[in-house]
Amino acid sequence: MATEHSRSSARLMIAPAVFVLLVWMLVPLIMTLYFSFADYRPLRATFETWIGFDNYASFLTSSSFLSSIGTTLWMVGSILLITILGGVLLALLLDRPMFGQGIVRILVIAPFFVMPTVSALVWKNMFFNVDNGLFSYLFKFFGAQPFDFLSQLPLFSIVIIVAWQWLPFATLILLTAVQSLSSEQLEAAEMDGAPALSRFWHIILPHLSRAITVVILIQTIFLLSIFAEIFVTTNGAFGTRTLTYLVYQRVLESQNIGLGSAGGIIAVILANIVAIFLMRIVGKNLDN
Amino acid sequence: MGRITLDKVQKKFGEVEVIPPLDLTIEDGEFVVFVGPSGCGKSTLLRLIAGLEDVTSGEIRIDGSPATNLPPAKRGLAMVFQSYALYPHMSVRKNIAFPMKMAGMDQAEQERRIAKAAEALNLTDYLDRRPGQLSGGQRQRVAIGRAIVREPAAFLFDEPLSNLDAALRVGMRMEISELHAKLQTTMVYVTHDQVEAMTMADKIVVLRAGHIEQVGSPLELYHSPRNTFVASFIGSPKMNLLTGDIARSHDATTIGIRPEHLDVVESEGTFVGRVGVSEHLGSDTFFHVHIPQMEEPMTVRAGGEVGLRHGDTIHLHPQADKIHRFDDRGLRVA
Ligand SMILES: Nc1ncnc2c1ncn2[C@@H]1O[C@H](COP(=O)(O)OP(=O)(O)OP(=O)(O)O)[C@@H](O)[C@H]1O
Ligand SMILES: [Mg+2]
Repeated sequence: MATEHSRSSARLMIAPAVFVLLVWMLVPLIMTLYFSFADYRPLRATFETWIGFDNYASFLTSSSFLSSIGTTLWMVGSILLITILGGVLLALLLDRPMFGQGIVRILVIAPFFVMPTVSALVWKNMFFNVDNGLFSYLFKFFGAQPFDFLSQLPLFSIVIIVAWQWLPFATLILLTAVQSLSSEQLEAAEMDGAPALSRFWHIILPHLSRAITVVILIQTIFLLSIFAEIFVTTNGAFGTRTLTYLVYQRVLESQNIGLGSAGGIIAVILANIVAIFLMRIVGKNLDN
Repeated sequence: MGRITLDKVQKKFGEVEVIPPLDLTIEDGEFVVFVGPSGCGKSTLLRLIAGLEDVTSGEIRIDGSPATNLPPAKRGLAMVFQSYALYPHMSVRKNIAFPMKMAGMDQAEQERRIAKAAEALNLTDYLDRRPGQLSGGQRQRVAIGRAIVREPAAFLFDEPLSNLDAALRVGMRMEISELHAKLQTTMVYVTHDQVEAMTMADKIVVLRAGHIEQVGSPLELYHSPRNTFVASFIGSPKMNLLTGDIARSHDATTIGIRPEHLDVVESEGTFVGRVGVSEHLGSDTFFHVHIPQMEEPMTVRAGGEVGLRHGDTIHLHPQADKIHRFDDRGLRVA
């Protein structure tokens, strides 16, 4: 039980951590806020401290803003879809007793340990490359024309790369959930006359719903800020410019720090809206 | 209808033979209890009947037709698990309806059966709750309800009461017995509690390491246990088993005397010893008596009013016609 005394000493003890966190977050946030109201273009040597909401207005009204939102939603949505579906399937498979289970599980988790930049480069050069990528050889082997994934289906290619990276995470969380399902429940359902598909639908899936919401929440937060994979593969071309990437381009390619900062603040606000929305769903799901 | 026949049924897990070939017939409408110590294969045997485990060899027949290779759902049996195995995300109503939904029964009939089961099991007020919001006893009743609505050929219970407290267990024991009397459906019940076995069974099957040691009615097992294992397993407190000179004087290797068949006498008793621990239950008193020439203390049942204390000398006299005699292989001598 927390007495008055232990509560105040607890506060005292977490104070340094809270302080560091606050400084860590607040300083960049405040600087971004400050720049977002300024006309700051270093290459043209303009710096005007206060131009009101001009940056926000021009960021929001530019056509690239709306299209970047669309791209972001598409990307995050399809990655979530692939990782959840694939994760559930893999988790169910890995739960089965099999030869070399330990090694197989480690292999499945491996992609998660590869840095995003590295995995994007590997995919770009070793799989998607038209001249000597693995897929090209595969296509040629079957007598088909090699397909240039990155320029023909750029968004799809990036989705594949990122989904490949996040599949292990989803699989891991879902696997622990699958393993926590009591076998008696499945046996009871079997005795109750439920065939395999009904058992999956009525027993396993509801049991996994909590883990699935957690996976969706965590992945969405991370996926909103995908950057390296786009930078390495398409550089934001061919409709792969997400909101994060747009902010980057405004700041570094157009050298318009004010405009980029305004975009950053907008991204923060949007991400928070999404997070609150998701937290409510998760909270509801975790309650019962 | 629910006559279950096991014909040389054997079960191996890898190289380990858990159930050696075994024959058993369970008659229609019978309440059969499997008892035995932990790990003797009771659950395995029940799961073989249910179809949740495959037999290694032998044949299972239900109502005369072969069921050995039928999947669990096709055997027409319902099972109540030790952990209840309710579906946590479904309401009580949906839990009970699940087997009927899977069978594609029509809605009105489902409703009718749910109402009837809820009525019989006192669950009417809880139909819209989740299993997590119920007490242990209520969950147990939901599990039974889910089994009843299927109108199975036989019910299989695997230690259904072991998660309940003592008072509730006695209550549920009676409810299950009553249910059996009402439905007249075959029930196969697994327990390691010999009191449950004695009070509920029409027929008890005593198992040890997968072997059937004896099959019989509770009183048959009590009055004429086939060997020392059954003798010491059935009856509470345990039967006193004595070896040595006293057994030889009865032409046996081991003799068994139940605590309730030893009389406390004033003097000149067959056994003279010192009172150790005594357990006063009010109606009865159980004395653990230390007798010099014996290693194990003897248990004696006396009336509630016997005024003997720790350390007192006690004289005991067995009732001559109630002595069980066993030979050197532990088998009963007639
Ligand atoms: N899936 C399995 N694989 C290997 N051995 C098993 C398996 N299931 C049970 N056994 C073994 O079979 C034996 C009988 O187990 P079972 O569960 O039938 O015992 P039980 O009589 O129900 O015991 P309890 O009263 O403790 O529930 C045990 O020695 C157990 O270790
Ligand atoms: Mg068991």
